[in-house]
Amino acid sequence: MKLAVCIKRVPDMEGRFKIAASGTGIDEAGLKYDMSDFDGYAAEVAIQITEKLGAGEVTVISLGPDVVQETLRKALSMGAHRAVQLKHDAPVSDGLAVATALAAELKDGGYDLILCGRMAVDTQNRSTGIFLAELLGLPVISAISQLNVEGGVVKARRELEGAYELIECPLPAVVTIDEGIARARYPSLKGIMAAKKKPLEVKPAHLGAITYQLEKMELPAERAAGRIVGEGKDAVPELVRLLKEEAKVL
Amino acid sequence: MSTLSRIPLPPAAGGLFAPYVPASLTHRDLVPNLIDSRTLAFQLYDVFDAGALCQRPRFSDYSREAFDAVLSSARGIAADLYATHQKLNDTDEPSVVNGNVVLNPGVKPAYDATAEAGLLAASQDAELGGMQLPHLISIAAYALLDSANAATASYSLLTVGAANLIAAFGSQEQKDTWLPPMFAGKFGGTMALTEPDAGSSLADLRCSAAPQPDGTYHMGGTKIWISGGDHELTQNIVHLVLARIEGAPPGTKGISLFIVPKFLLNADGTLGARNGVVLGGLIHKMGWRGTCSTLLNFGETAPCVAYLVGEPHKGLTYMFHMMNEARIAVGRAATGMGHTAYNHAVAYARTRRQGRLPSNKDPLSPPVSIIEHADVRRMLLEALANVDGALALILECGRLLDDEQTAPSAADRQQASALLEVLTPLAKTFPALGCQTAISNAMQVMGGYGYAREYPIEQLYRDNRLNQIHEGTNGIQALDLLGRKVVQQGGASFKALMARIRTTLAAAAETPLAPYAGQLETALGQWAECTRVLGIAMATDPNLALANANVYMDVSNRVVIAWVWLRMGLTADGRRRTAVNEEERDFFEGKLAAMRYWFAFELPRIGPDIALLSRLEATTLEANPAWF
Ligand SMILES: Cc1cc2nc3c(=O)[nH]c(=O)nc-3n(C[C@H](O)[C@H](O)[C@H](O)COP(=O)(O)OP(=O)(O)OC[C@H]3O[C@@H](n4cnc5c(N)ncnc54)[C@H](O)[C@@H]3O)c2cc1C
Ligand SMILES: Cc1cc2nc3c(=O)[nH]c(=O)nc-3n(C[C@H](O)[C@H](O)[C@H](O)COP(=O)(O)OP(=O)(O)OC[C@H]3O[C@@H](n4cnc5c(N)ncnc54)[C@H](O)[C@@H]3O)c2cc1C
Repeated sequence: MKLAVCIKRVPDMEGRFKIAASGTGIDEAGLKYDMSDFDGYAAEVAIQITEKLGAGEVTVISLGPDVVQETLRKALSMGAHRAVQLKHDAPVSDGLAVATALAAELKDGGYDLILCGRMAVDTQNRSTGIFLAELLGLPVISAISQLNVEGGVVKARRELEGAYELIECPLPAVVTIDEGIARARYPSLKGIMAAKKKPLEVKPAHLGAITYQLEKMELPAERAAGRIVGEGKDAVPELVRLLKEEAKVL
Repeated sequence: MSTLSRIPLPPAAGGLFAPYVPASLTHRDLVPNLIDSRTLAFQLYDVFDAGALCQRPRFSDYSREAFDAVLSSARGIAADLYATHQKLNDTDEPSVVNGNVVLNPGVKPAYDATAEAGLLAASQDAELGGMQLPHLISIAAYALLDSANAATASYSLLTVGAANLIAAFGSQEQKDTWLPPMFAGKFGGTMALTEPDAGSSLADLRCSAAPQPDGTYHMGGTKIWISGGDHELTQNIVHLVLARIEGAPPGTKGISLFIVPKFLLNADGTLGARNGVVLGGLIHKMGWRGTCSTLLNFGETAPCVAYLVGEPHKGLTYMFHMMNEARIAVGRAATGMGHTAYNHAVAYARTRRQGRLPSNKDPLSPPVSIIEHADVRRMLLEALANVDGALALILECGRLLDDEQTAPSAADRQQASALLEVLTPLAKTFPALGCQTAISNAMQVMGGYGYAREYPIEQLYRDNRLNQIHEGTNGIQALDLLGRKVVQQGGASFKALMARIRTTLAAAAETPLAPYAGQLETALGQWAECTRVLGIAMATDPNLALANANVYMDVSNRVVIAWVWLRMGLTADGRRRTAVNEEERDFFEGKLAAMRYWFAFELPRIGPDIALLSRLEATTLEANPAWF
């Protein structure tokens, strides 16, 4: 069984963000980077499948500048077998262009199952995995919280509000992974040392046409401090007045 | 092609609303505030040049990237599996249920993840199943676990300590039997030294071992305070017990080291009969509650089989061999907790608004964040100077443990041993005290909330208080420092330390920090002179000399911490000039400010103490027990 996991390197969301001088991105200086959370769950799921089968191969793939190699190494140290960097130095915000490059790499690889995160935790576009499936002409089950692969069939569960769906489709297929499926393991010392010897190929990224550009990025305005209008029911008329006249929400 | 079925979820229990918990209370518990990664990277790579270790054959498979990956795993485990039950270790302390010790359910997943990550055997030799990670890095990794939850981290520490003893002194058969399951996290370990009537004075211990015809021994007696002495965290527990073989000479020369497993092993290594070591009860502590403290009875109800480690009567020597690491580990735990408290306090001081600056007379102006008040920054700077000073001291010891093992020349290896001898009592006592000051300051910065159990500081205050007591009380450390370490072999260790400090002074000579080097040079001279005076007194009147051992230790800590700060200051001063942005520059400026704090507020305090020591102050010695 051949599995591929698409991984994005993203800044730690707890960092303090600043807008870069260009005004179209964040200032990367001083930020810490790691694998996007959902991609980590996807890598874990793929590794667990090969561990359970005692066979198979997990390829992890990431598009970006050379620093993504660190993220790929992390996936290798978790237990993935090989890695591919699709080298592209400039930031890309167009998910379709990224999916096109991923599809070009994955198309003839003979993969049975391709896993992506439900979304990248930084840009949260939720698009790449779906685009990728479409470009490859494969079925896709998005945002799954449980996965079972057996006899050439994927069975998956998606969480809905107040319900869940059970979905089946034949392999090969693409799935995008939601939280709750598996926690990404912490690479062990043995895994970290073994990863140094695993293959990591660097190839040029064949991005699709860029269909949109990020025009401008801004931080939200700082919120003004709150105000206590009064206590108990006597304060209600004043609150209503303020909501009508100042906040204009009523 | 695909099939779909939709199943409604059952209604959630408890209706629409979750129980009300004030956001301010839950939030602070959830943020683990571990040792900051930039601080760790600054010390490991810029100050201690961890990268250079990779050139040594033992570490040649490593690289900075691999070190970072190890630390990243440790940080993840600490945040996700340790910090999450740190408070529960305190509120739901271990208890005895049906004769067994039950720990908080969070402990097991944390322990297992630590073992699975390979951290238990991290620095051990490859042929013993280890990964030969430098001590410098494994100490940093463990400090992260301590910073999240020192009580849970203790179980790993105990296993590693016991395993290292077997690795160093056990027979091949003992190593083959016990080490693999211990390093894999299947068997736990303990260090069983203390008895009800033998705490500081191990020479008086009474547990006895009766030789059996088959070469084993039967253990009898009682041990107290044994951390991790009983639990179901692991399948088996391997106690390393100090005891006397029947008929052994009195005092330290008659003490031997034994392996006493909770379960005996069958020939194939599977668990066999329950051995005669039984839980007598738990002790209920002020803090550090998650690590169970047990009273153990040996051979009381059934024979207790024990296996001699190494040669008879050498037990205490063996134990002392491992003491350095255990004492550094105490400093490491204190350091972890100190950093956590400091980080909580800084975050709090940035958001808590209270009062106005003294120059502002406008009552309608908005209150400022309390970090705007100089007095709050005084408390934070003092905390920072202590917690980073403590970190530098334990990492220095980690680096020396590596040098002792792997420095290219025999002279350098010997020098590292000599330095470790004299620095170990400081690495045990300074973090315990300095980080207690830091935690106390964090409490003060948080005002009433620092004192409240809904916030994390008061627990850290109770937890860290232990570090002045166990692994040899601070009083015993002071006796060790002055009575042994600085005087032994004609003061060789002390001289080695002086020489090492002077290399930093030389490095600072032509830099903007030269004035600080000058101040330290003067302090060094005073410290050396009073050490000389006390050394003479040690020979003529040890009772008088040692009466002020604690003051001497305090002076030594202040001087040594000034040294580690000067070294950090030199690095920070260079790095701030090439900082890539304001935030990075602020980081290095902060380190420099903490250095200046130490030289302005802490180092000068040695003056009166030096005077007291030099005149061989006798007030405490002469205080008659009857007067109390
Ligand atoms: C939480 C906890 C965990 C522990 N875990 C372990 C463990 O896992 N294994 C283990 O074997 N032990 C353990 N201990 C025991 C610990 O090492 C002892 O508590 C410590 O050595 C002090 O012994 P004591 O408590 O009997 O105090 P005492 O020895 O009675 O000391 C009381 C006071 O007298 C002072 N004093 C004693 N002798 C001298 C002297 N000669 N000169 C000057 N002052 C002196 C001491 O400094 C101290 O202030 C633990 C203790 C605690 C509190
Ligand atoms: C157990 C307990 C019992 C109490 N009982 C009562 C009671 O019965 N009645 C009652 O009314 N209150 C009571 N209090 C409240 C107590 O008086 C306040 O906790 C105390 O005044 C400090 O206020 P705070 O906790 O809000 O800290 P903050 O005012 O937020 O102070 C936080 C830190 O900032 C510093 N700081 C604040 N302003 C300045 C400034 N302008 N310049 C320099 N530093 C500054 C403080 O020194 C402190 O270190 C109690 C508190 C406790 C813990």
